[in-house]
This record gives sequence, C-alpha cells and structure tokens, in this order.
Amino acid sequence: MIDFRLDRGSGVATYLQLVHQVKHALRLGALRPGDRLPTAKEVVDKLAINPNTVLKAYRELEREGLVAGKPGLGTFVQRTLGGASVTEHARLRDALSGWVDDARSVGLDSEDLEALFAAVVLDSFRVGEDTA
Amino acid sequence: MTVLTATGLGKRYRRTWALKDCSLSIPAGRVVALVGPNGAGKTTLLHLAVGLLSPTEGGVAVLGQPAGTAETLPKVAFLAQDKPLYDGFSVADMLRFGAHLNPRWDQDLAMRRLTELEIPADRKVGKLSGGQQAQVALTIAVAKRPDLLVLDEPLANLDPLARHEVMRGLMAAVAESGMTVVLSSHVVSDLENTCDWLVVLNRGRVQVSGDIEELLAEHRLLTGPAELADGVANRVPVIDDSRTDRLATLLARTGASAPALDPKWTSRGVNLEEMVLAYLRKPEAASLPRPVLAST
Repeated sequence: MIDFRLDRGSGVATYLQLVHQVKHALRLGALRPGDRLPTAKEVVDKLAINPNTVLKAYRELEREGLVAGKPGLGTFVQRTLGGASVTEHARLRDALSGWVDDARSVGLDSEDLEALFAAVVLDSFRVGEDTA
Repeated sequence: MTVLTATGLGKRYRRTWALKDCSLSIPAGRVVALVGPNGAGKTTLLHLAVGLLSPTEGGVAVLGQPAGTAETLPKVAFLAQDKPLYDGFSVADMLRFGAHLNPRWDQDLAMRRLTELEIPADRKVGKLSGGQQAQVALTIAVAKRPDLLVLDEPLANLDPLARHEVMRGLMAAVAESGMTVVLSSHVVSDLENTCDWLVVLNRGRVQVSGDIEELLAEHRLLTGPAELADGVANRVPVIDDSRTDRLATLLARTGASAPALDPKWTSRGVNLEEMVLAYLRKPEAASLPRPVLAST
C-alpha cells in the first residue's frame, strides 16, 4: 500500500502531489496492477487533509487510465508505468552492455551497432505479429 | 444544494452592528473556513446560523428551513469556542447525555472514536488534557450525525500536535459522513489543505465567499516598477498594494487568465494566507460571486 506524504511548503497543489506520488510508485514498481489505493478516509486520517482533495487526485488518475474505482470496494491500479521492473531493467542493461562490448571487439562502430539493434528489434516485433 | 443561506442578515447589539448586510450561500459537502480578525462578527454569524441568536434584520436558512427551528436543530451540531463539557462527568456519562438529547445519536461511532483516540471512557472529563477534551467535544458533535457541523474556533488553545489531531479526526469524520462543516479560525495556516470554501468576514461584513481553489487561481502577486503601478491598477482590481520608491507589489484579482503585462512585471501565484491577509488589510475590497437569479 502506498504511503502518501505532503510537502506543505512546495507550492505544488496537494492533489497533484498525491497524483505524482502514485505515478512515481508505479514507475518504481512499488504499486502494481490490482493493488488497492488507500481509501479517502485512510489518507485523510493520516495527512489531515480535505477528503475532496484525495477524491480529486483519484479522479485525475482515473482519467489517465492508471486506476479504476470499483464501487464499494475501492480504487485499484489498472496498469503500470515505464515497462518492466527496476531489477529487470538492470539485468537487461547488463546483458546488453556485454553484447555491445562483444560487437565492438570484432570491429563494429556505433552506427553499425544501432543499425543492427534496430534491425533485430524490427524482426522481433514482426515475428510477434505473424504468430499472433 | 445549499446547506446554509444568509440573506441580508444583520445583528445589532444596542447601537453597534455586529453583522450587517450579510448574504452568502454555502453548498453541501464543503468544509468552510470562516476567517476574520477578532471582533469581525464570526461568532455572531455562527450563533445566528445555529439559532442561538435571532437576526435584527434579514434571515438565515439551514437546509432550506429557518435556522433554530425544531426541523433544523436535530440536523445541526454546534461546538462553542469554550468546548463546554461537564468536568464532573465521566466521558461515558457525557456520551449518555448526548444520546438522550439527540434523536440521531450514533453510540457505536462515538465509542469507536474514543477507542481510536485512546481516551478512557471512565475518566472524569476534568482530568483529561485540553486536546483530549476537544476530542471528546468533537466526538459528541459528530455522533449527533449532523448534516451541518458548526465549530467556533475549534483549534484555539490547543498545541500544534493537538491541532493536527483534531483536524485529522474532523477530516476523517467528513470523509465518512459527507457532512458540511463551517469552522471559524484566525490561524489561516491551520485551514490550508483542510478547508475548500473560504468566507472572509471583516468589520461585520462579508468580504469574500467562494471556492478556495478558484479564488487562489484568480489572484496573483504582481511585482514591478512603481511608476507603472497605477496603470496596472487601472486594468485589474488590486486588493493590496505596497510600494517603495521604485518597486510596487500588488496582490491583484487578475481572473483565471493572467493579464498581459509589461515585461518589467513579474507575476506569481498566491497562497491562502497571503490572499486572506491582503483582504483583511483592505476591508473595503470584496470578492463575492456575481448575483444569480434565485431558483424557484
């Protein structure tokens, strides 16, 4: 469950601070699809802010398709932001830099690498379409 | 739907008008901040709204009925400034007292709140701390299940932690019930983030009444050369104006879209405290909604 904080001196509207914190949590993988956001009462009980502010933030997130309210149950995360998790990103980056070192050692320059990478990406997605 | 409507409301004590020509309407579900200097007429307005005083002229209606009648009283809870409780009663006895006097009383809600606040029900009210007494008084007001909760200076005489706790409890009660709250205070910083409607009362008159977010979006602080200040003041309503030889700082009601100004001017948004202070310094300035035709 996300734990909202307020930066009262920041000059950023309170509802926007809540929106930003949810998006940040989505990018970091701290919130995943299916997770429930705290109810307005739970947020209000912690931060001592107007419940309408929380509802406004949730409406904004709903408008962007990130969360959906289910009457009587709560507000749930619909999708994530920024692809795979942080650990997956780190693993893929390691593997890719190994491949780049390998390619350079046999004499490919930066443009060769980019062209090769783009071609492989293109092929990969085309294969995906054929089998779909 | 409006919960509280005042029309040409006035109250005179002997020869002094405590409140004059007061007209405002407050939509349902709002948390209203009533601010103004000492002696502005805040308590008088609140007492008129709950029926503790009767108006000298004009009228005030709560939920469509005249204030203070048998129909409205069960729907309105009022917590006076001195948070009157019986010191010799135990907390449980205070709740029994509330239960006997109020037809819509919610004993479960009262007990749950006290448990959450860790206030022992068998403790004498007089033995509680100031913050705990405020919480007991608020609990009784909330357990009445009012549609309109009126609080006169609920945060006065409380330390910062207790103020935060009382506001937290109040906001949670609003989230649960959807009731309308009107609270007076002269500490504006306590009201930022908690209230969404502002009423500024000054010298017995209503200066401002409106949605806080909209009001903040309509006001800007303009800083620029003093010799150009009069030109700007002719184009936009200036609430507060402070000038040195060279520099002028104007808090202006520019409207939702900022006006095109000479590039020598800088412009920034205002916070609630700046805006309220600007109005309080200029009692003759007013920002009220345009008159609308009454719906039948």
